[in-house]
Amino acid sequence: MDASSSDVRVSDHASDVDPQVPARPVLEGPDVARMLTRIAHEIVERAKGADDVVLLGIPTRGVFLARRLAAKLEEITGRTVPVGSLDITMYRDDLRLGPARALARTEIPGDGIEGRVVLLVDDVLFSGRTIRAALDALNDIGRPRAVQLAVLVDRGHRELPIRADYVGKNLPTSLRETVKVQLTEEDGRDAVLLGTRPADDAAATGRPTRTGER
Amino acid sequence: MSKTLIRGAKVLGGEPQDVLIDGETIAEVGTDLSAEGARVIEADGQILLPGLVDLHTHLREPGREDSETVLTGTKAAAAGGFTAVHAMANTFPVADTAGVVEQVWRLGQESGYCDVQPVGAVTVGLEGKKLAELGAMHESRAGVRVFSDDGKCVDDAVIMRRALEYVKAFDGVVAQHAQEPRLTEGAQMNEGRVSAELGLGGWPAVAEESIIARDVLLAAHVGSRVHICHLSTAGSVEIVRWAKSKGWNVTAEVTPHHLLLTDELVRSYDPVYKVNPPLRTEADVLALREALADGTIDCVATDHAPHPHEDKDCEWSAAAMGMVGLETALSVVQHTMVDNGLLDWAGVADRMSFRPARIGRLESHGRPVSAGEPANLTLHDSAYRGVVDPAGFASRSRNTPYEGRELPGRVTHTFLRGRATVVDGKLA
Amino acid sequence: MKRDLISAADLTRDDAVLILDTAEEMARVADRPIKKLPTLRGRTVVNLFFEDSTRTRISFEAAAKRLSADVINFSAKGSSVSKGESLKDTALTLEAMGADAVVIRHPDSGAPHRLATSGWIGGSVVNAGDGTHEHPTQALLDAFTMRRRLVGVDAGLGKDLAGCRITIVGDILHSRVARSNVHLLTTLGAEVTLVAPPTLVPIGVESWPCEVSYDLDAVLATSDAVMMLRVQRERMNAAFFPTEREYARRYGLDGERMARMPQDAIVMHPGPMNRGMEITAEVADSPRCTAVEQVTNGVSIRMAVLYLLLGGNEPALTTPARTEESK
Repeated sequence: MDASSSDVRVSDHASDVDPQVPARPVLEGPDVARMLTRIAHEIVERAKGADDVVLLGIPTRGVFLARRLAAKLEEITGRTVPVGSLDITMYRDDLRLGPARALARTEIPGDGIEGRVVLLVDDVLFSGRTIRAALDALNDIGRPRAVQLAVLVDRGHRELPIRADYVGKNLPTSLRETVKVQLTEEDGRDAVLLGTRPADDAAATGRPTRTGER
Repeated sequence: MSKTLIRGAKVLGGEPQDVLIDGETIAEVGTDLSAEGARVIEADGQILLPGLVDLHTHLREPGREDSETVLTGTKAAAAGGFTAVHAMANTFPVADTAGVVEQVWRLGQESGYCDVQPVGAVTVGLEGKKLAELGAMHESRAGVRVFSDDGKCVDDAVIMRRALEYVKAFDGVVAQHAQEPRLTEGAQMNEGRVSAELGLGGWPAVAEESIIARDVLLAAHVGSRVHICHLSTAGSVEIVRWAKSKGWNVTAEVTPHHLLLTDELVRSYDPVYKVNPPLRTEADVLALREALADGTIDCVATDHAPHPHEDKDCEWSAAAMGMVGLETALSVVQHTMVDNGLLDWAGVADRMSFRPARIGRLESHGRPVSAGEPANLTLHDSAYRGVVDPAGFASRSRNTPYEGRELPGRVTHTFLRGRATVVDGKLA
Repeated sequence: MKRDLISAADLTRDDAVLILDTAEEMARVADRPIKKLPTLRGRTVVNLFFEDSTRTRISFEAAAKRLSADVINFSAKGSSVSKGESLKDTALTLEAMGADAVVIRHPDSGAPHRLATSGWIGGSVVNAGDGTHEHPTQALLDAFTMRRRLVGVDAGLGKDLAGCRITIVGDILHSRVARSNVHLLTTLGAEVTLVAPPTLVPIGVESWPCEVSYDLDAVLATSDAVMMLRVQRERMNAAFFPTEREYARRYGLDGERMARMPQDAIVMHPGPMNRGMEITAEVADSPRCTAVEQVTNGVSIRMAVLYLLLGGNEPALTTPARTEESK
């Protein structure tokens, strides 16, 4: 099967990169901080002061990014911005392609999302399937006035008509490459790693893969 | 009738000898016997035993021919090296009249594979209330001497006492299925550690031991003999040992499966391990082996209990109790008693032929392997190693707990009154 | 990978904690306007009940429906089963209908194990109570309730019940709830004490990883949770105890006894309760009694179990594969 066939890239949201896969940093800590600051300013600008924005991070790293963005927004606007998390595991379209996964926390801030602008935050945008699942999950929670998307890295190769409103960095990649975001809260440092999948990995066999799929 | 020379067989496990069969009897036992005019079987060091005798077989006919018939059961017996079996009375109708025991006896005669000695019921319909016509069964052509309500316990002490007394008149014996009924209501397996975990109703050892204790005392009191069926616990062994030490006329049997299997197997909830009395603990198994070795337990009896597939291919509680055993008995005894040095082959001959024949008062079975004796013989290849495959059974039923298990030894030839019923491991 | 839930003994500590953590997330779904998840869309769950148990059946049914599974309820009453159809034929029928999971309640110990190991069906088997053997989802919901109350709802995430002292009182001999709880609670690090009259303690209990006491008053002061089991009145006729009054006096939980328990200790009951027998109305209706909470938690636990067994292409539980040791 061809490596670009759609069922190969089942996931924007996979667990950690296989330590065997060689990866090199393309963005370092200061780059990450700079990108988040820029996104925060764009949000304030485009959301007209961000006074009805609710940030929902997609676990795991999207949640840390959402919290960091919330802090920056607070610095800029002087107001507390509600921030929470949205686990999309049970809305995934690829659940049956692997073992059942442990669930992560969904935490909707106290005032809910009804009539507000929900800003979904994730680390890497790839096929778009995670965001599709997130939209479905939101639908069961309430009816926001609008939903927007902020990602640290957009690596392309969309499989659904989804785009990000705020992008830290566009990172053109081939399907043979892997993109991995590291954050201090989870990984001990901030970085974006670009790696190459071994030739005999899932792409070669045409079977869905669960790891390193970025 | 023709002659057969068995060359180089270890008679009862001794030095290799030749055994010449002429017609229905053993003509000569010695070395370098002439093969002239005889078919020769090269035993090549295989073990020659007197034809095995089973005191406890369920042939199921009449009534449950879907699980076994006298013909298929006697074929299975021959394949297992048996030349005589005692057919238990719990058929439909129950073997509690001269008519039924004669029918079973006649079917055995017609089969030609193995002598069938019917066992008569102690009480009418095995109901434990009213003595069956024990005398009439004895006087019938079947010549019944062993009486048993096996499957059920003669639990009424007065009925048991009367039965023990009554059979003295014709040297009969009552074979007791020792199971106190109130203590075993809803019982599904041995009561102990495993039943506690599995939540299956317990069959406590004391339900067997209390009946055995009562019955040896009763037998002593009335001066009769009692035989204990399928003794299964270490405590039962102690009681029988004590009774024998008093000189009382008590005999006992153990099944091959109680010499090998334990209640740990029930953890699979596979009803192939469901049997009555139930599989017990490791300590019981070891005590039973020791008792068989020292003669406290007189004999091995198979309790061959065929059941159709549907009665075992179901949940545990719905399943029938029992295991087939005729075709694996000698292998299990070799494995549990001989290969570990507890018993020699002469001991096997004693526990599987001489003593059961004596308890059943069979005159032409359980005889020494010597000139002039009836040629009821079993040739056993003790070096053989094979995996039990029930598809090859002669029995109509397949409910063996040993499927897929490696067991040593195999019966290569069986002779019933000089005629080969099994040749090279196959029914003749 | 384990595909069935037959016995609480099959669960490792990590499996059990994963189920409890997953149930905690499932519990949050109940607080949302739409209490439904699309996770098991297209999956079929059969509730195969050979024994009346409306409570357990509706709990499983609610759990499966909240996960969007199709639910088929198969009750043995009035069906061909009561006309002598075997468990095997029933199983083959369910298999032919494409059941992804069979939730089975059966009066015979071992029937779910048999269903799972016989090769009759390919789907997952979930034991919803078999005879006097086990009832693993009940033990899980009990452990879930204990963790929430004794450790904390959020504080409990990822944690077990290490150090908790649990007392289970009543008909241990016939109780599948007690068997499953002894396995699960000890796996989770709790210390378990069983209290019953000696007639209602199984022979062989000494090999269980717990203490046994005949004296309820002696253990109350050191119990963080006291679980009262239902005692069938019929047991009296089989001479397990002389009278209901004597049982209630010696082994029933009343207000006076409850007062001797530690301040934060809870009273649990799997239901249905025999008020006046093993538990007085005063205790049953007190805020320390978690009986109603246990029912609520039951749905979350069963959602978690169904999700972890059916949510992927293979279950998430790490216990060994179903064995075919029987053949």
